[in-house]
Amino acid sequence: MNFKQYILVCGGTGCESSKSDEIYRNLLSAAESKDVKSDVQILKTGCFGLCEKGPIVKVLPDESFYVHVKPEDATEIIEEHVIKGREVKRLLYDTSDSKANKAMENLDFYQKQFRIVLRNCGVINPEDIDEYIARDGYAALSKVLSEMTPDDVIAELKISGLRGRGGAGFPTWLKWNLTKEVESDQKYVVCNADEGDPGAYMDRSTLEGDPHSLIEAMAIAAYTIGADYGYIYIRAEYPLAINRLKIAMEQARGYGLLGKDILGSGFNFDLEIRLGAGAFVCGEETALIASLEGERGMPRPRPPFPSVKGVFGKPTVINNVETWANVPVILHKGGKWFASIGTEDSKGTKVFALTGKINNSGLVEVPMGTTLREIVYDIGGGIKDGKKFKAVQTGGPSGGVITADYIDTPIDYASLQKLGSIMGSGGMIIMDEDDCMVDVAKFYLDFTVDESCGKCAPCRVGGKTMLHLLEGITKGKGTMDDIEKMKKIALGMSKASLCGLGQTAPNPVLSTLRYFEDEYLAHIQEKRCPAGKCKDLTVYEIISDKCIGCGLCARRCPVSCISGEKRQPHVIDQEKCIKCGECYSVCKFEAVSKK
Amino acid sequence: MSVNAIADIEFSSELTDFITEWKEKPGNLIMILHKVQQEFGFIPREAAMKVSELLDVPLAKIYGVATFYHFFKLKKPGKHNIQVCMGTACYLKGGQDLVEELQSLLGVELEEVTDDGEFSIETVRCVGCCGLAPVMVVGDEVFGKVEKQQLPEIIAKFRNR
Repeated sequence: MNFKQYILVCGGTGCESSKSDEIYRNLLSAAESKDVKSDVQILKTGCFGLCEKGPIVKVLPDESFYVHVKPEDATEIIEEHVIKGREVKRLLYDTSDSKANKAMENLDFYQKQFRIVLRNCGVINPEDIDEYIARDGYAALSKVLSEMTPDDVIAELKISGLRGRGGAGFPTWLKWNLTKEVESDQKYVVCNADEGDPGAYMDRSTLEGDPHSLIEAMAIAAYTIGADYGYIYIRAEYPLAINRLKIAMEQARGYGLLGKDILGSGFNFDLEIRLGAGAFVCGEETALIASLEGERGMPRPRPPFPSVKGVFGKPTVINNVETWANVPVILHKGGKWFASIGTEDSKGTKVFALTGKINNSGLVEVPMGTTLREIVYDIGGGIKDGKKFKAVQTGGPSGGVITADYIDTPIDYASLQKLGSIMGSGGMIIMDEDDCMVDVAKFYLDFTVDESCGKCAPCRVGGKTMLHLLEGITKGKGTMDDIEKMKKIALGMSKASLCGLGQTAPNPVLSTLRYFEDEYLAHIQEKRCPAGKCKDLTVYEIISDKCIGCGLCARRCPVSCISGEKRQPHVIDQEKCIKCGECYSVCKFEAVSKK
Repeated sequence: MSVNAIADIEFSSELTDFITEWKEKPGNLIMILHKVQQEFGFIPREAAMKVSELLDVPLAKIYGVATFYHFFKLKKPGKHNIQVCMGTACYLKGGQDLVEELQSLLGVELEEVTDDGEFSIETVRCVGCCGLAPVMVVGDEVFGKVEKQQLPEIIAKFRNR
């Protein structure tokens, strides 16, 4: 069928949460009632990336990029745009220069991006295998099965320089080759889709927007290492992704791309979904394997590595979603092409979930070697509310902070590590002057302490002790000794913990100590939180020169600790104050100070 | 609790079929517990005992697994379970303030249920829509860029629904 126009509605989690499904249904019914159903095709796609401006609707071929769309706008889009051919101007993405129609690719947000992993997100309907195939989907699998030996595949991956995108950056070809070389009656491929890093949703968006890329990649790996079965281990918290995977697997089976004798090659491969149940430690390979086997997700010492002894004791290749999503493109376009993108030690692109105090929150994919400045200012549009950039946190609970002094650092595995952070899975959280670095360190440590499986003592005891010290510091009870103690514990944890979770848990503390020692000292020596975040150290006071005595703060104070005559400056009783900050936020005259 | 309690709980035919289907598959326990929680909203002790019987797995092992993972609940949540996201972006943008406000509005602590059984509050890791931070989920509905002042209205919307 030939449609004159196409309407793409973002079906990513962010937009779905803002009623994009209702927009989609309203568009369908409006098209039906206006009798234009045969002229316009309405599709739900994966994430467009610019989550800040969602829900997003794109109309082709005009390339109109509508943002902040509401369900009630659907009729207008159909009546005005589809029928009369006039763009709905008020919904267009507002750029500083003009409100004129701008193609998505020309928006600042997309200018410096380069999409390999997210190539199909926001482009195809993830629930239709034909659309994936139309974009060269399954071409790589067909090429591999008909023209390439397993060694050819490994060689191509080696040329590409692809490294694991889950955090540690282990060369993918080497991982596959180790498993390929092991003799075994049964081998497995596993997709790690247990995205546990708080503040990261790259994998989720990839799964929701392009599930077939994962299936294709896993089939290629299975052929290469000699496996015939695979597991997708995915968070139960991602129902939309699970559903789209199920649909994709069903369609692939229907097309003979999963199952027996794939594409007539004699190669058999099938897949199964296994649900995680909310344990961050299961991102660690050996813990993931335990969980997949239905056990408590506790890691075990390596060696033996999963490549030798993995799921149910059999040799297993485990890669994370983003790594998998790169594979079909590499084999389709060639390892050389992939290696031409990025830097010397880090090839290809990296997807980041850009969040925090940034104007354009969203999902961005950039070539390795892009600088933080380009991401924060050119793509991210700078800091919210014109505040001052303080730091960016990468690598989640295993990573660290990077300060304004290093904002021109090109992003690759080596340079981030040199700065005391890591690439991690792709969380990138922007912090401004209002964020307290001691509090941030406490937040991450609280997370890892909660997520520690408790198997080994350095992590179980060390983490808890360090958290206790940090809590003391944020309450004004810290001593200078505490800093030395924390450094010692951190060393012990990083050397003696069994798995990556414990080894890297002290990183947020060490990294904030390295760049923001002055903040720790302010908390300890001056009993003051410079950012005004740590409640126990914050003092709210009414500035008598500015207070007009309107009494609003006194009425709002939950513990009635503000008093004063009408039209006279009020006073806060510090003894009773619970530091909730209500007076500070309600005052219209900026007469409440926070120190 | 007596051993006879095992018979005290009815499994739907869907759940029974699911257990039969998965019974012989290796590593089935987590998948089955998910299905149990889907049916009851949590994992009742009687259900755990019945699963133990059906799979011939010690009850201790079932509790070992169920208590390890955050996703599994052993206590019945409120009719409307309010989940406040505590991912990094939400934390920085005031997720903790939302939790405190909810606690004071509903008069319950985290993981507790209000006396009328209507609401419970829990914090969750990352909901995965950091662009909307701070985020809160009630039932299936996601609320983005939530401000403290909106909470009474949101609660009222769900009360007695």
